[in-house]
Amino acid sequence: MAGGAGPPPPLLDAKGLTLAFGPRVIQRDLTFSVRRGSVFAVMGGSGCGKSTVLRAMIGLLRPAAGTVAVDGEDYWGASSSRRAEIGRRFGVLFQNGALWSSMSVAENVALPLQIFTDLGAGDIDALVRLKLSLVGMEAAGKRMPSELSGGMRKRAGLARALALDPDILFFDEPSAGLDPVTSKRLDDLILELRDGLGATIVIVSHELPSLFATCDDGLFLDAETRTAIAHGSPRALRDGCGHPIVRSFMERTRHDHPGQGGSP
Amino acid sequence: MTQANPPGWRLDLRGREVVVSLTGDWIARETGLRNIAEVRQALESLDAVRLGFDASGLGRWDSALVVFLQSLRAEVARQVPPLGLDESALPEAARRLLALAGLAGGSESAETVPPPPSLATRVGRSAFNWWGGGVAVAALVGETVLRSVAAFGGRARTRAVDVMQLMREAGAGAVGIIAVVNGLVGAILAFVGAVQLRRFGAGIYVADLVGIAMVREMAAVMTAIVMAGRTGGAYAAHLATMQGNEEIDALQALGIPVHDFLVLPRVAALVAMMPLLYLYACAVGLFGGFVVSGATLDLTPAAFWGQIQTAIAGRQFAIGLVKSVAFGALVALVGCHVGLKAGRSAAAVGHAATTAVVAGIVGIIALDALFAVCADALGI
Repeated sequence: MAGGAGPPPPLLDAKGLTLAFGPRVIQRDLTFSVRRGSVFAVMGGSGCGKSTVLRAMIGLLRPAAGTVAVDGEDYWGASSSRRAEIGRRFGVLFQNGALWSSMSVAENVALPLQIFTDLGAGDIDALVRLKLSLVGMEAAGKRMPSELSGGMRKRAGLARALALDPDILFFDEPSAGLDPVTSKRLDDLILELRDGLGATIVIVSHELPSLFATCDDGLFLDAETRTAIAHGSPRALRDGCGHPIVRSFMERTRHDHPGQGGSP
Repeated sequence: MTQANPPGWRLDLRGREVVVSLTGDWIARETGLRNIAEVRQALESLDAVRLGFDASGLGRWDSALVVFLQSLRAEVARQVPPLGLDESALPEAARRLLALAGLAGGSESAETVPPPPSLATRVGRSAFNWWGGGVAVAALVGETVLRSVAAFGGRARTRAVDVMQLMREAGAGAVGIIAVVNGLVGAILAFVGAVQLRRFGAGIYVADLVGIAMVREMAAVMTAIVMAGRTGGAYAAHLATMQGNEEIDALQALGIPVHDFLVLPRVAALVAMMPLLYLYACAVGLFGGFVVSGATLDLTPAAFWGQIQTAIAGRQFAIGLVKSVAFGALVALVGCHVGLKAGRSAAAVGHAATTAVVAGIVGIIALDALFAVCADALGI
C-alpha cells in the first residue's frame, strides 16, 4: 500500500507525548509516527483518552510534555500564527459533524474557502459542489444542519473537512452512532478519498470492523496503564499480539459476530 | 513551498481524436480554477469524435483539476453527436475522484424547490401562525393556572428545591441592578419635576410627583423590564438549550410533566419575587428622588417625607403590587413559552433569548397601558 522507492519521512511524528488535564494524566509517553499516505488508527477502549490524543494533534490541547512534528516541523513549538498555518493542512471530522448550525450545508463547506483563499464566488461554488458530490450530498447543499440525519451530518462534516484539500484528515469516531451499513459505506468512502486525494488519514475509533477494514497502522492505548501498549495495524494486532488486553479487545468481535472478524 | 506553475491546457487534433494536454500545477488556493468556456469554444471549432488526455506535463493537482475535468465531462456529454471520452491517460487518483463525484444524487432525490407562495397564501399562513401562537399562549396560561391550583393541593410534580434555587437567582441576584435603575429613575423624575415646579413656587410638590410616579408606575415597570432582560431571556435560553440537548424529550419519555417540572417553578419564582423587588424598588426610587430634591430645592427631609405620606395612599401600593405580580407572571410565561417552542440549534437559542426579551418588554408596556385604562374606568 505504501510502496514507492525508499521509506518516505513520516508526516506526523509524536515523541514522548504526555497529555494531562491539570494534575490528572490521561496518557503518558506516547511515541508514534504516521507515514504519508497511510490510514493510522488510534485504538482503545472507551475513556482511555483516544480523543484527547486527537485534540493534541489538531491543536486543541497543548500536551503536558513531548512534541508533535508535522513534516519535521515542531507543531506545538511554533508560534500560534504558524500553528494556525500548519493547521490549514488538516481536515477534521468531529464526532457529530460539528456543523455550524446557523449556516446551510453549502455555506459550511464554503466558509474555509472564503476565509483562507482568494477565490471568487463562482469558483468557491464549483469547489463546494465538487466536495458535496464527493460525499454524495450534492442535493442537500441548501439544507440546514438541523434538518439532516446523523449519517448525513457526518458526510456534510466530511465535505467541510475536505474543503481546503487537506494533507491530513482526522476522523473522530467516524462510525459512532451509525448503523453497520451506513458505517461500512463511510469506511469505503474514506478509502476512496485516501486513494483519490492522496491524503494521510488518522482515525480515532473503537469500532473493530471499521478499523480492520480501513487502517494499515495504529496505536493501542490502555486506560489502566495510561500509555500505548501496542503498535501496528489492527489486523496484525488481532492476529499476532500477545498482550492480554489487546487480545481480549480484538477478539471480542470475533466471539460476538463470528462473520465480521475475518472480513478485510 | 515551491512556486506553483500556472495551470494550462492545449487541444491537439490527432486524426479524429482531440487530445487535451494538461500542464502546470492545478492547486485551487494557489492558482484558482480554470474556466471551461474557452475549451467549449475550441471544441466546437474542431471536428472530432473522441476526446483523450495527455497528463504527462501535469504537476501537482487537487480539486481545481477535478472541477475542470468534471465540467469537461458535462461539456462532452452535451455535444451533438456525443463525443467518446477516453480518460485512461488521467492520473488514477483523479479518475477515482471523478467516479466518486459522478455517483452523486444516487441515494438522495434531487431537492425540489417549491415555487414562492402567492400573497394570499402568505397572508393566510401568517394568520394561521398568529392564531396558532395565540392558542398556544392561551393553553400555556390555562395550564399554568390549573397546575398552580394542583400545586397548592400538593399534587404537582414541582420540586421545592428548584423553586428556591430559581427564587434566589431571580430575586437576590437582581437586587443590585434594580437599585441602580430605580434609584436613577427616581432621581431623574425629581430633577425634571424640580425644574418645572420651581417656576411656580410649587417645589414641595416634587415629593408628590416622585411618589406617585414611582409607586404607581415606574417601580413596577422598570423592575419588570429589568427582569425581562435578565431572567426572561435566561429562561428562554435555558429551555431552548435543553430542547437542543434532548433533555426535554428525556423528561417527556420518563413521563415527568414538562409543565410542572420546568414552567411552574419559574412562574412561581418570579411571581413570588416580583412584589418584593417592587417594594424594594419603590424604596430606592423614593430615596433617589429625595436626594435630588434635597440638593436642588433645599427641601428638608421632614417636609419631603411628610408630603410623600399625604400623597401616596395605600391604594397606589395595591395597584403597583398587582401590576408587579402580573408582570412577573408575564415575563416567566413568555420566557418559558419561547424557550419550549425553540428549534434545536445554537442559532435557535440566540433567537429564543432575543424573542423572549423583546416580547417581554413589549408585553409589559402593553399590559401597563391596559392597567391604566382599567384604573381610569374604575376611578382608582
